Amino acid sequence: MDLNTITAVAHPQTRAQLPVWTAGDAWLAGGTWLFSEPQTHLTRLIDLTDLKWPALTITASHLSIAATCTIAELDGLACPSDWLAAPLINQCCRAFLASFKIWKTATVGGNLCMSLPAGPMISLTSALDGVCTIWKAGGGEQRLPVAEFVTGNQRNRLTPGDLLRQIDIPLPALRRRTAFRQISLAPVGRSAALLIGSLEADDTLTLTVTASTVRPIQLRFRKAPDAIALRAALMQEITDDLYHTDIHGAPLWRKHMTLRLAEEIRGELLGATPA
Amino acid sequence: MSLEVNGKAFSREPRAGQCLRTFLRELGHFGVKKGCDAGDCGACTVLLDGEPVHSCLIPAFRAEGRTVTTIEGLGGDHGTHPMQQAFLDAQGFQCGFCTAGMILTCASLNQAQRTDLGAALKGNICRCTGYRSIEDAILGKSNIEASVEAGAAFGRSLPAPAGPDVVRGTARYTFDTAIDGLLHIKLLRSPHAHARIVAIDKSDALSIPGVHAVLTHEDAPSVLMSTARHEKDWMDPEDTRILDDVVRFIGQKVAAVVAETEAAAEAACRALKVSYEILPALIDPEQAMTPGAPVVHPDRTSANRVADARRNLVAETHGEFGDVAAALATSAATYEATFHSHRVQHAALETHGGLAWLDDSGVLNVRTSTQVPFLTRRALSDIFQLPMDKVRVFCERVGGGFGGKQEMFVEDILALGALKTGRPVKLELTREEQFIATSTRHPMRIHVKAGADSDGKLTALQLDVLSNTGAYGNHAGPVMFHALAESIAVYNCPNKRVDGVAVYTNTVPAGAFRGYGLPQALIAVEAAIDELARQLGISPYEMRRRNIVRPGDPMLSPPPSEYHDVLYGSYGLDQCLDLVERAMQTGGQQPELSPDWLIGDGIALTMIDTVPPAGHFADATIALDDDGGFDLTVGTAEFGNGTSTVHRQIAATILATTVERIHLRQSDTAHGGHDTGAYGSAGTFVAGKATQAAATQLAAELKAAAAEAWLCDVGGCTLEGETVVSGVRRMPFTELAKLARERGQPFAGSGTSGGTPRSVGFNVQGFRVAVNKATGELRILRSVHAADAGIVANPMQCRGQVDGGVAQALGAALYEEMVIDATGRVTNPKFRDYHLPSFADVPRTDVFFADTSDTIGPLGAKSMSESPYNPVAAALGNAIADATGIRFTAPPFKPDRLFPALHDKFG
Repeated sequence: MDLNTITAVAHPQTRAQLPVWTAGDAWLAGGTWLFSEPQTHLTRLIDLTDLKWPALTITASHLSIAATCTIAELDGLACPSDWLAAPLINQCCRAFLASFKIWKTATVGGNLCMSLPAGPMISLTSALDGVCTIWKAGGGEQRLPVAEFVTGNQRNRLTPGDLLRQIDIPLPALRRRTAFRQISLAPVGRSAALLIGSLEADDTLTLTVTASTVRPIQLRFRKAPDAIALRAALMQEITDDLYHTDIHGAPLWRKHMTLRLAEEIRGELLGATPA
Repeated sequence: MSLEVNGKAFSREPRAGQCLRTFLRELGHFGVKKGCDAGDCGACTVLLDGEPVHSCLIPAFRAEGRTVTTIEGLGGDHGTHPMQQAFLDAQGFQCGFCTAGMILTCASLNQAQRTDLGAALKGNICRCTGYRSIEDAILGKSNIEASVEAGAAFGRSLPAPAGPDVVRGTARYTFDTAIDGLLHIKLLRSPHAHARIVAIDKSDALSIPGVHAVLTHEDAPSVLMSTARHEKDWMDPEDTRILDDVVRFIGQKVAAVVAETEAAAEAACRALKVSYEILPALIDPEQAMTPGAPVVHPDRTSANRVADARRNLVAETHGEFGDVAAALATSAATYEATFHSHRVQHAALETHGGLAWLDDSGVLNVRTSTQVPFLTRRALSDIFQLPMDKVRVFCERVGGGFGGKQEMFVEDILALGALKTGRPVKLELTREEQFIATSTRHPMRIHVKAGADSDGKLTALQLDVLSNTGAYGNHAGPVMFHALAESIAVYNCPNKRVDGVAVYTNTVPAGAFRGYGLPQALIAVEAAIDELARQLGISPYEMRRRNIVRPGDPMLSPPPSEYHDVLYGSYGLDQCLDLVERAMQTGGQQPELSPDWLIGDGIALTMIDTVPPAGHFADATIALDDDGGFDLTVGTAEFGNGTSTVHRQIAATILATTVERIHLRQSDTAHGGHDTGAYGSAGTFVAGKATQAAATQLAAELKAAAAEAWLCDVGGCTLEGETVVSGVRRMPFTELAKLARERGQPFAGSGTSGGTPRSVGFNVQGFRVAVNKATGELRILRSVHAADAGIVANPMQCRGQVDGGVAQALGAALYEEMVIDATGRVTNPKFRDYHLPSFADVPRTDVFFADTSDTIGPLGAKSMSESPYNPVAAALGNAIADATGIRFTAPPFKPDRLFPALHDKFG
């Protein structure tokens, strides 16, 4: 929709050209959320397009995803054959409530910064042990895991003027075997629980719970848990107040679905029969 | 900024925060629609450098140097893209408001996406079709008859006349016109559920450049009215003012700003300083009649047609035939339960709104998105004390209605704005305003008691209904009466009792909604019939057969009705039950399912009077034109209901011509005559009868003229193939047209329909569902619907109405839910939080028609737009009960709502 209070758009090309952050400013990446709701408190958009960050870079140690990388670009990445986790990318893209048309515009960084419990790029990058790089408003950089970046429903560690630059995924995480489970109130609805499990070569099982909880919650098991241990760990780590409540799912149901999907993942990754 | 749109170069600077959607519309590309303006519905889809995007989310400045293709440009110069042709062949649209975005999206799908349409189309919402005909289009299926000979149009699957314009994006909806000097209206809305406006300081708002006027309750006529439009004003209470000094729900309009731009109008709304005296608010309808509860309309009396304002009672009804209590005490089986039917929104993709201007002759013109142009003109004439001939209300194509546009939500403000400023004005509601400030379905609590003897014959039926009408009583009484009428009148039962109250609360008003109360009541009544059948070991089909009314049986619901004009013009309920039973036993997929899935069947039936009571009028005129075709003028509006197609079919059949020769003009008070409106499915049954009468009169005129010329007996003249025929003599219509020119008087006919007597239509819905006892997920394995529409005027369209009605009802039964918090605020006023059925959510329904011919309706037809919606939620509830053994009493039947009881029972 038209954002009628916007009077200026800045187009910085380098970090040095980023304008001094003032009240009424907003970063503009894809804009798919920004332009979807009234933003009467905003007067200036700072367009990140001309920074021309390379969308996806594979280094010796990382897959580096620019915050401005679109969902479609990430979904279209030709992954090396040893990235066993590659299917997660499309699975998480498909978990978007929005369709493929939005994927062409919406960005990975935007999804993280929105910090909705159901943000599927949060699910993906936290499950793959992604690390955020933040350009601090006052200069300098800050790095922290995605799982710590999001702190609650539409809350994160950014302070005004901070800019999410990129998310780095360590390559070993991409080489893990993974399992994906998602449920929502409608066949293609917003995720009410989205769980990703991954198994490392040393049998470490990592379970990342998103969508059902207000923030990503990761459980790491150095030794493969049985059903009872898994359930006990989930019950202990995810207290009832951490389950998200909104129109897309009641907390009690989200909790039970989390327990159920976690057990399915355990079964898939460990070959165990679901209890 | 320069860009290319549909092959043409444009150079124009967008505003800083402008989105591509409005930018393209400002360039004249009206095919780019606004459904939600938030990226959820896909109606604004365009191709940006060949890729489909939601133009409402794209900053306009990003189109710099790029190429844009809108629906108008998809087919090239005057061409038709194959996907546009496919949508025409399959008639993959009804109102057509989503069609531009749908076609552009479908045209850009790759092969992989075409095999997974549920995912590929989740960004495109169609509220009308139920997606079946859209799938047909994508699969290249044709649903229309290629050619139909003259005089044989009725009963055939002919395409909608507007189709070519709809698929090319050139059909003009309400806002698809450019007017010089247009001013924009924005509304300041109340943040309080109940408050008195103490003062409004306009000074800051008026100082904003471009602001022409700020209108408040001090500027508006203080006349009391209802937003509801009925033929008879007495059907609704007078409890509403255009702008009031008391606001009674969060979202009620407080002031209207008229300004050069929407931006200035919005800024001025923010700059208004309003002092409120907060009043106690009543949110819970259960508390409405409790002593000491806040009173929503303390000043209203029975003179305003409010039953008991001090108890927040808008309308009530009580009545009993026989002795229900005594019958229940001795019945072999009894059932009693309380059901809750929730609040849902019409979600027509075109929002409410319109344009108004004074023309050179001083006529107030209102171009608006309405189902009731004539009743709206009458209301504006009354409120502003203008002669009827000084007010014109009209619509071209309307982007969906579903009852929501049987109201006057914007036309009064538009008129006020145009009259106060003397300038053309526009008001286009946002999607959020649709949710918080128009109308919804009436939430109801329904307590049912029912009994049957050991043979399964009903002994008693009792309904006790509490209907929540919200802050205003538009449609409060009629919806409640309707809920309590056909729902139990369809069953023979010696003892019946109804008690109904409709109460005010300080929440968004409820109003007319497809089904008009019946869907709410049916979830209780049809559940009770099923539960009695289960107790007695009788099949749900047989239970109904033993109790449904048959021709000759009185159709009774207490208290005794003052209307005695409902007749069995035809009867096909028995056939509908048979058709559904047979179809449910055969066909349908039975996928491999884990033991967690419980399977069950359920049915529900509904009867509906084919016309609303107390008079529903329509005029039609038809004249032979110069080329031997006909100009048909009707008042009824087209918003996807398909009546434009049917009217031409009726006229073409009677006049022995083809539909292409019938030129239809519609829904404009300037054309003269009267039309109560396109509601209660009256577009075919009532208005169609007027067209039938007009065409019949004209046919007689034509025959008489030929007989006169031939000096023969008119009794020997017939119409065949655009010609009057008598023996070997033939006089083509073109010759009669010449004759008319020579005598200086056209051949014309006119017809009127009064909507009485009325007939009854029937629908039966069957579902087979699988419910996952561990997750609460529900899958529909089979959906079957049988409809008794008399002689089906247009099987393709009628099937589309059934598809669409089932889909819309499934939305309400499975997903849609407006949530109102303890302060009275709608917490989910956007599509992403109000899940409308998307392609993936709607099963294909097998549709069957009963073989009947109605003695009252036009050419044997009955109405069939509203009623397919009615039995759906009830049938689904019955299927879930059959599958799980648990009776769920409060839709929507979402997994998280089903889960607790399933978990309790199955662990």
